[in-house]
Amino acid sequence: MIETRGLTKLFKDKKRGEIRAVDGVSFTCAPGQIYGLLGANGAGKTTTLRMLATILEPTDGTAIVCGHDVVEAPEKVRANVGFLSTATALYPRLTAQEMVEYFGRLNGIQEAELKRRLDEIFTRLDMDSFRDRRCDKLSTGMKQKTSIARTLIHDPQVMIFDEPTLGLDIMTARTILEFIRECRQRGKTVIFSTHVMSEVEKLCDVIGIIQSGKLLAEGSLAALREQYKEQDLEEIFVKVVAPHYKPEEAA
Amino acid sequence: MPLQNIGIVYRKELTEALRDRRTLISTLLVPLLLFPLMSVGFIGLAQSLEKKAEQKTPKVMLLGGADSPQVLEMLRKMEKIEIVPTTPEWKNEIIEKRVQVVIAIPDGFQSSLEQQKSETIEIYKYRGELKSSTWADNIEIELKEFSKKVVESRLEASHVPASVLTPFKIEQENVAPPEKVGGETFGGLIAYMVILLCMIGGMYPAMDLTAGEKERGTMETILSSPISRLDLVLGKFFLVLTATLVTAALSVTSMGVSFWGARQFGSQEISKNPDAMFAQMNIGLPAVLSVFLMALPLAVLFSAGLITISLFAKSYKEAQSYVSPLMILVIVPAVAAMLPGVELTSKLALIPILNVSLLCKELVTGTYHWNFIALIFLSTCVYAAAALFLAVKMFQREDVLFRS
Repeated sequence: MIETRGLTKLFKDKKRGEIRAVDGVSFTCAPGQIYGLLGANGAGKTTTLRMLATILEPTDGTAIVCGHDVVEAPEKVRANVGFLSTATALYPRLTAQEMVEYFGRLNGIQEAELKRRLDEIFTRLDMDSFRDRRCDKLSTGMKQKTSIARTLIHDPQVMIFDEPTLGLDIMTARTILEFIRECRQRGKTVIFSTHVMSEVEKLCDVIGIIQSGKLLAEGSLAALREQYKEQDLEEIFVKVVAPHYKPEEAA
Repeated sequence: MPLQNIGIVYRKELTEALRDRRTLISTLLVPLLLFPLMSVGFIGLAQSLEKKAEQKTPKVMLLGGADSPQVLEMLRKMEKIEIVPTTPEWKNEIIEKRVQVVIAIPDGFQSSLEQQKSETIEIYKYRGELKSSTWADNIEIELKEFSKKVVESRLEASHVPASVLTPFKIEQENVAPPEKVGGETFGGLIAYMVILLCMIGGMYPAMDLTAGEKERGTMETILSSPISRLDLVLGKFFLVLTATLVTAALSVTSMGVSFWGARQFGSQEISKNPDAMFAQMNIGLPAVLSVFLMALPLAVLFSAGLITISLFAKSYKEAQSYVSPLMILVIVPAVAAMLPGVELTSKLALIPILNVSLLCKELVTGTYHWNFIALIFLSTCVYAAAALFLAVKMFQREDVLFRS
């Protein structure tokens, strides 16, 4: 379960002054549900998700993830969260197995249990052929699988995906999308950000449209279609975002 | 379980460091190779060049002297020199290195000697050119010997004993043990090397673990794990500290071994000349150990400082541009301590790096001023703690971790 309450993040920029990257965002995401955060570049998606993963601290407001407050108990939140983005790279000089083991140990998993989980995940993701290969020698697809294994090793209840398919080829992107679906089937709370409309249409139970740090629209795809009298999600997105769009914000 | 977490981070960083060629070169290879190369290699090379310069037959040109057969005969008797025909462009010949030495004998030199008039023989050489300078010196020695003989024969003719010229003899003798002599000569250099290598050893791991991690995009990955930032930075810090200490330990060991090697290499020379450079390469084990001990808090200071500074950079390259000027900050006080006459005072004992270098210089000679040792050890510990505190604080700052 994720519940954000007036989540706000301010950044100080020498040229632009104070920037409200996220501005009072409140939403709820329930277990067994995929929440899609849809927004243009620089809309505040990454900052919101980084706050949920406690990589950044909110300037104001808070979020409750799996019953833990991101401001008060960030370490407990992280123990219950799997965070995956195109920015979360792998250690090039570790093997795939060492990489996943490292995160297992950081999550306090005992060695015997760690070995059992490693074997299970590596078999499930069909990774046995490259488990002893160094991460810098892996193909993009293999790297993504290793990243997935890294987020799964501590069996988190909440999965956060920040533009997970950005820059990936279709086949690798499909692996990720299938994995997101599987997370929902297993009853996990899933939130993911993207600016690819088709991914949202295919996957999300609830869609939140964000621009200039503000959550401008929220609802299921059907609800949004009805509210904005448009069938195409892209048209809905443009209708919602256009009045607030500032090109200089696009990062 | 913070200690366990620090251990997990440390183990992982160690695995990665051992697989990083740059870290291995700067931490292991440089200290292992530098001292043997410097001591045996450099001194050996200098000596062999000197020998070579002496062995090669130099070409010597004579200006005048046709009416002075005695001196000509003496020069012709000199082994290993080749007297070549005189040309008017003799200066050019020296500059072009075709001729090494030109000796100008004044007209009527021999008859002047007989009439006991003073004359000057001029030796022309190429200053700074090893062969020319060496042979100009050798010829001067021979000519002085010749002059001495002339004096002796004059005295003999006047029935005056030769001892009238040397009413007394002067002899210098060293009473300091070889370790102390070695310490005076090499103490400053040793401290400088240990400090510099300590810094070099920690440089690459520090950049790799901070800016390198940002550049490769693994910073966000590790920050999303449950480990606290304090444990994370401490795990990284201990790895950098290990690298600096390993480099310092290896450099001290390698220095001891290569000095021992240099003494073996030059043992023949030492028996002939106890003042030879090889003889002075004698540093005792307690001195080496105490230098290493004093380098400990300095290693902490360097490790924490390097982490703090390179964490600020976005990429490895940027980190390099921050850390390189830092090298000067380390080199200047370390070099200052090498200068003769710079001695420890209670004020200098508070200046980081300079204090340890000066102290190391004393330690190597076997002098232990305990009040200075305590003051320097404590002050360096305070600086080190401050640097570590700063590193931890920097790791908590979002604007540093996610600087864009």
